[in-house]
Amino acid sequence: MTPKYKRLTIILGGLVILAGAVGLTLSALNDNIVFFYGPTELAEMHVTPDRSIRVGGLVEPGSVEHQGDGRTIHFTITDGKNTIPVVYTGLLPDLFREGQGVVAQGRVSGGEFQATEILAKHDENYMPPEVADALKKSGEWRPETGKMP
Amino acid sequence: MIPEIGQFALVMAVIVSALCATLPLVGTFRNDRQMVAMAPNLAAAQCLFAAIAFFTLMAAHVTSDFSVLNVVQNSHTDKPMLYKIAGVWGNHEGSLILWVMVLSIFGLAIALSRTIDPVFKARVLSVQAFIALGFFLFSFLTSNPFIRVNPMPLNGNGLNPVLQDPGLAFHPPFLYLGYVGFSVAFSFAVAGLIQGKVDGIWARHMYPWVLTAWSLLTIGIALGSWWAYYELGWGGFWFWDPVENVSVLPWLAGTALLHSVKVVEKRGALKHWTVLLSILAFGMSLTGTFLVRSGLTSSVHSFANDPERGLFILAFLILAVGGALLLYGIRASRFELGKPFHPVSREGGLVLNNFLLFVATFIVFVGTLYPMILDGLTGQKISVGPPYYEATAVPVALLVMLAMVAGPLMPWTLKARMGRILKFLAPAAVIALLAFIANWWLAPKPTLVGTLGLALAVWVGVGTLLYGWRVYRLQDGAGVMARLKRIPRSSYGLILAHGGVGVITIGITMSGAWQSDFEGKMDIGDTAEVGAYSFHLDNVEETVQGPNYEARRATFTVTKGGSLVKVMTPETRFYTAPPTQTTEADIRTGPLGDLYAVVGEPSPGGGYAIRLYYKPLVSWIWGGAIIMALGGAIAMSGRRKLPVVSTAQAHTSAQPAGAAE
Repeated sequence: MTPKYKRLTIILGGLVILAGAVGLTLSALNDNIVFFYGPTELAEMHVTPDRSIRVGGLVEPGSVEHQGDGRTIHFTITDGKNTIPVVYTGLLPDLFREGQGVVAQGRVSGGEFQATEILAKHDENYMPPEVADALKKSGEWRPETGKMP
Repeated sequence: MIPEIGQFALVMAVIVSALCATLPLVGTFRNDRQMVAMAPNLAAAQCLFAAIAFFTLMAAHVTSDFSVLNVVQNSHTDKPMLYKIAGVWGNHEGSLILWVMVLSIFGLAIALSRTIDPVFKARVLSVQAFIALGFFLFSFLTSNPFIRVNPMPLNGNGLNPVLQDPGLAFHPPFLYLGYVGFSVAFSFAVAGLIQGKVDGIWARHMYPWVLTAWSLLTIGIALGSWWAYYELGWGGFWFWDPVENVSVLPWLAGTALLHSVKVVEKRGALKHWTVLLSILAFGMSLTGTFLVRSGLTSSVHSFANDPERGLFILAFLILAVGGALLLYGIRASRFELGKPFHPVSREGGLVLNNFLLFVATFIVFVGTLYPMILDGLTGQKISVGPPYYEATAVPVALLVMLAMVAGPLMPWTLKARMGRILKFLAPAAVIALLAFIANWWLAPKPTLVGTLGLALAVWVGVGTLLYGWRVYRLQDGAGVMARLKRIPRSSYGLILAHGGVGVITIGITMSGAWQSDFEGKMDIGDTAEVGAYSFHLDNVEETVQGPNYEARRATFTVTKGGSLVKVMTPETRFYTAPPTQTTEADIRTGPLGDLYAVVGEPSPGGGYAIRLYYKPLVSWIWGGAIIMALGGAIAMSGRRKLPVVSTAQAHTSAQPAGAAE
C-alpha cells in the first residue's frame, strides 16, 4: 500500500464510522426529544401522545389542592381557553404560585397529566417563552398584566 | 463627563482596530517594513482604548452614576461593592466590553511576543484586529453601554440576585478568557493560510495560546458548574442546558485542537485538520456568544432578547468562519504533505482522540441547536434533555477515557506494540475491574453507565500514574529529586490533565451512585436521617434581615453517631430590587463528601419543604478541573524559551517593535 492509499483508507474508514455516529445521534435525538404543548393544542389533538411531553400555561387560581401526605398536589394548567388537570408528587419549585406561569413534564394518563417534573422559574416576572407562546396561540396573552417574558 | 470618555475610547477603538486590521496586512504583501511594524503599536493602542472603555464603565457602576442607562438597568445603591464591580459584566452591554477587552489583551500579548516573526505577527494581529473591529462595532452600534438617560432616576433596577454571588464575579471573565483565547488559534490559522504555509514552527508558536485558552476555559466551565451546584439549590452540577452546552462546544473542539497541534509540531502531519479545527474552535466560541445573546435561549444568561443583536453576531460568525473556510479552500493546497505514519502509532492515537472529540462536539451541537432551529422553522417547541446526552455524549466520553491511557505510551510514527502496552497497563485494568465489581455490588443506586464510568475513571487515574512512573524511570540522574527535575514539564502537564479527567469522573460517578438524600416535609423538632448523618430541624426564622434582602432561615443541627458535625442554616432570600426569590443552600464541603441542605416553602398543613443530601466525593469534580488547568499551566511554564524563528515566506528585517503604551 502506498502512503497515499493508506491515508485514503483511514479517511474513508473514519467517514464510515462518522456516518454511523451521526445516524445513532439522530436516532437518540428522535427518541429523546420532548415536545411542548399548550392546553389548547393538547385539547385539539385527537390522539394523546404516548410519550413524555411538556405542557405549560398558568396555574389556575383556586385549583391547587394538597393531598394529605404533604407531597402530592393536584392543580390545573390553563391558557384561558382550555385546561389540563395535573397531578404531581414531590417538592415544588419555590416560585410555584397560583396565577403564575408553569411548565410540567410528564405523561397524559386517564384524562390527567401525571407530572414527573415541575420546572423552576427564575423570578416572579419571568414567563417561560413556551408559556408566553402558548398563551399567544390561545389569544389569552395579556402583557399589560405585567407577565412579560 | 466620565461616560463620554468611555464613549470616545470606544470610537477610537473602532478606528484603531480598523487600521490594525488593514494596514499591517497590506504591508506584508507590499513588503513595506513600516506598515508591518505598525501592527504591534496599533494592537497596543487598541488594547489601551478597550481598557479605558471598560474601566470607565466600571467607574460608572462603582459610583452608581444613574445618568447612564446601563447602570440604571443593572445596579442599585444598596448593592454590595463586589457586585457593583461584577455587575459591570453581569449584563449584555458590559460583558461585551469585557469580551473585546480580553480580545485586545490577547492581541497585546501577541504583539509583545519576541519570538514570532514580524511579518507573520503582523498578519496574526491584523486578523485579530478584524475580529475586534466586528465586536467594537457591535458594541457601539447595537449595545452601547454609555447611553445616558434624562431625567436621571434616583435609583437603579438592581442586579438579578441569582447573579449576586462570588461565582458570578469570576465565572464570566474566565469563560471569556477561554472563549476569546481561541481567537488566537483562529488568527494563526488564517495567517497561516494567507502565507500558504503551515509547519512545525507555526504549530510550536500556536501551541501555548491554545494551551492558555484551554486551561482558562476549563476553569471557566468548572466555575459555572460550581455556581449551578450551590446557587440553584437542586444539588445538581450540570443540567445540559443550552447555555452550559455552548461553553462546552469550544472546549471539546479546543481539546481536540490541543492534541492535533502536537502532531503538526512534532511530525508535520494533520495540518489541514488542525487548521480547520482552529477555525471550528473559535467558530464554536462565536456560536456560544451568538446563542447567549440572541434571545434564543432562556435563562439567567440571556440578557438580550433583541433579535437584531443576534443577527449581527450571526452575520459576523458567517463572515469570519465562512471567510476563513473560503481562504482554506483557496490556499490549503499549498500545504506540504506531512510525514506518513502507521495507523497504530501515537499519531494514530491522536487521530482517534480528535475523531471522538469531534463526534462529541457534533452531538452536543445537534442537541443544543436542533430545538432552536425547529422552533424557528416550524414553531414546534421541543426540548432535548439529559436522556439524549446520556445516550450519545456519555458513551463517546467513555470511549475517550478507554483510549486516553494507551495513547501516551504509543511511539511516534511506528507501529505500537499494543500487546506490550496493555501488559504494562494490566494493573490499571485489574484495579478498574475491582472498582466495577465493588460499585455494582455495594453502591446503593448503581447504574450500568455510572459503574462503567467509575471503572474507566479508575483506569484513567491508575493508568496515568503508571505512565508517570514509566516517564520517571526513563530519566537518568542520581536521586529522586534529580530525576523528577528532569521530567519535561509537558509530561507533567499531560499527567495532570489526564489525571484530572479521572478525578472529575470519579467525582461525578461516586456522587451519583453513593448519594443519600431526603426530600419531603419536616416540622420543627423533626429529625431526618441522610446516610450516616442525622439532621435535626431546630428552628425556622421567617424574617432575617440581610443587606438588601429578607430571608427565611432554617437551622439544622447535624450529627454523626451522636457527635456534632455542623450547624447548617440554609435560607430562602427575598430581594426587593428587583423582586426576586433565591435559594441559598447551606453546603459543608469536604474532600470526602458534601452535606447539602435546602429550605423551601412552608407546607399548607404545617412544616416546611426540605431537601437534604449527602454527596460523596462531589468536590472532586471541581478539584479535577483545577488539576487539569494546573497541568495546562505547568506545560506552559516549560515553553518559555522558544527560539526566534522565521515562519513567513517573505523575509523582512523589520525590528520587532516594542509595545507603545
